[in-house]
Amino acid sequence: MSRISATFEKLAQERRKALIPFFTAGDPSLHQCVPTMQAMVAGGADLIELGIPFSDPMADGPTIQRASERALKQGVSLSDVLDAVSRFRQSDVATPVVLMGYANPIERMGRELFAERCAEAGVDGVLVVDYPPDEARALGALLSPRNIDSIFLLSPTSTDERIKEIAAMSTGYIYYVSLRGVTGASNIDVADVARQIARIKAVARVPVGVGFGIRDDATARALSAVADAIVVGSRIVEEIETSSESQAPAAVGALINRFRQAMDADR
Amino acid sequence: MKIYDMPDREGHFGPYGGTFVSETLIAAIDELKRQYLRFRDDPEFQEEFAYELKHYVGRPSPIYHARRLSESLGGAQIYLKREDLNHTGAHKINNTVGQAMLARRMGKQRVIAETGAGQHGVATATVAARYGMECVVYMGSEDVRRQAQNVYRMKLLGARVVPVESGSKTLKDALNEAMRDWVTNVQDTFYIIGTVAGPHPYPMMVRDFNAVVGRECLVQMPEMAGRQPDVVLACVGGGSNAMGIFHSYIPHESVRLMGVEAGGEGVASGHHAASLVAGTPGVLHGNRTYLLQDANGQIIETHSISAGLDYPGVGPEHAWLKDTGRAEYVAITDDEALNAFHTLCRMEGIIPALESSHALAQAMKMAPAMKRDQILLVNLSGRGDKDMATVAERSGIRL
Repeated sequence: MSRISATFEKLAQERRKALIPFFTAGDPSLHQCVPTMQAMVAGGADLIELGIPFSDPMADGPTIQRASERALKQGVSLSDVLDAVSRFRQSDVATPVVLMGYANPIERMGRELFAERCAEAGVDGVLVVDYPPDEARALGALLSPRNIDSIFLLSPTSTDERIKEIAAMSTGYIYYVSLRGVTGASNIDVADVARQIARIKAVARVPVGVGFGIRDDATARALSAVADAIVVGSRIVEEIETSSESQAPAAVGALINRFRQAMDADR
Repeated sequence: MKIYDMPDREGHFGPYGGTFVSETLIAAIDELKRQYLRFRDDPEFQEEFAYELKHYVGRPSPIYHARRLSESLGGAQIYLKREDLNHTGAHKINNTVGQAMLARRMGKQRVIAETGAGQHGVATATVAARYGMECVVYMGSEDVRRQAQNVYRMKLLGARVVPVESGSKTLKDALNEAMRDWVTNVQDTFYIIGTVAGPHPYPMMVRDFNAVVGRECLVQMPEMAGRQPDVVLACVGGGSNAMGIFHSYIPHESVRLMGVEAGGEGVASGHHAASLVAGTPGVLHGNRTYLLQDANGQIIETHSISAGLDYPGVGPEHAWLKDTGRAEYVAITDDEALNAFHTLCRMEGIIPALESSHALAQAMKMAPAMKRDQILLVNLSGRGDKDMATVAERSGIRL
């Protein structure tokens, strides 16, 4: 069983929902990457989504694009991101790490080498934002023998046919994008998300998380009643952006702890 | 003559093209694909498109024999396909008319576009005014500065121009921003992409709407010169004017096809935008194609004197034509393009766009070594009125 499935199984037994923070590796600095991940776990994160910086993050809003730009200014590469995961694994062998990014840096490294290096570093899942199913299948064929999950996005505009196709390919969990738009946008309709998640859960074999636009603990609390996991991204990146480099991990840890308390309040 | 029927159903040109977008855009792209395939074969749509091209755009555009220029070079005869004479001054309007007609049939009241030099933005603002649609144009803030006149033209036509401050502040960033707008407002918005790049069906659709250029040449060249040209040349940024004139010639294997990229300060200098000449395959803006990227797969900033060629990718069909050897791709520097620009102004009384001047410069390079009865057909894709400030500045003149 993968580290991701084991984590969700344990949470289900405890009747808790997963809290999944996202941040871009190398923001505010490569040096603070592992301390930020550790602070997230201490604050109550169950799984970490680590963004691979890319020069043209088309599906992201301005907040995460700026995070990418800050990381790229320091020359952070995919190889550096994988090295950071290796270092994180020296102190934490329990918390799953999912790499999230765009196709081009992965293709430049080469899919085969990327899969191998993910396995060596202790990566548990990969989400390539702009891969269509056929390309994702080719990468997935290299990841699954290494016990690495393929995570996919579904959106409010996904058709029933598409949901079925993605559900069949997904391992680990499915990430439901809770609104139309890019990361960091606002206005979530909780009732609508509940309906959509029910639609996905009817065909999915894995847990369903929800993200894009979860900015406060009240929304996280409401959504954790209907989803298996809550993903918080832009809100965390904003916290990093407004903190000093040395204080960023502590600020992020405190923020995650607030989300954690809100999500566990109804237990 | 071989039948050429690329792309395949999924939008692949060999290993290139495809649909590399986030799940949030898949439904919109599927819908666009369905609607385009439906109207592409609809006689009523095609009849209206032909009518608009004739009466609104001013087609067919003539072919002009540049006799004085050819004579001065002492070799092959240079012919110019005069896309600069189209309404709004470039080939871009062929495509925006087609996509706006499709948007209307899909019930979309709002159109958005990205633009580099501003020609596609102007062409989009023009058709939006013509059809009474809301129009928003994304433009890198660096390009807004370089192309102030076109920005004002778009505003006159009722469009809102949004300067994009992210990344390199040029065309690629404008495209990112337009995609984000589309993801957010997909229900009422149609994204009019201006080049043969982006996710399927855009590379095919933009090519199809521009293919009228090559179809006209196939008929006009025998009428004018008694035969087809030996070489067809066109500048390539994203590559829409080049695909437009190449497409009908692909099966005519005796005709050489030559795409001319922006060599900037020289390909060896690293300051250029020659994706096919100096790039490597990768994934950007929804398709797999040749890109200018670093060793880590990050897209690098490009340079060209012409904003319209200043793009780190290229349409996937060009990537395929390059790999198969059906088309050749070369680079022309800023200085060579400027020389061609000034030469055409003085010898033929035609002020070409800096983009098109790249294709012209390559023709001027080749002509002297060719026989006098050989023919070079250059797609003069746009007029140079928009480039007055850039050329003057380069010559140390303040307007």
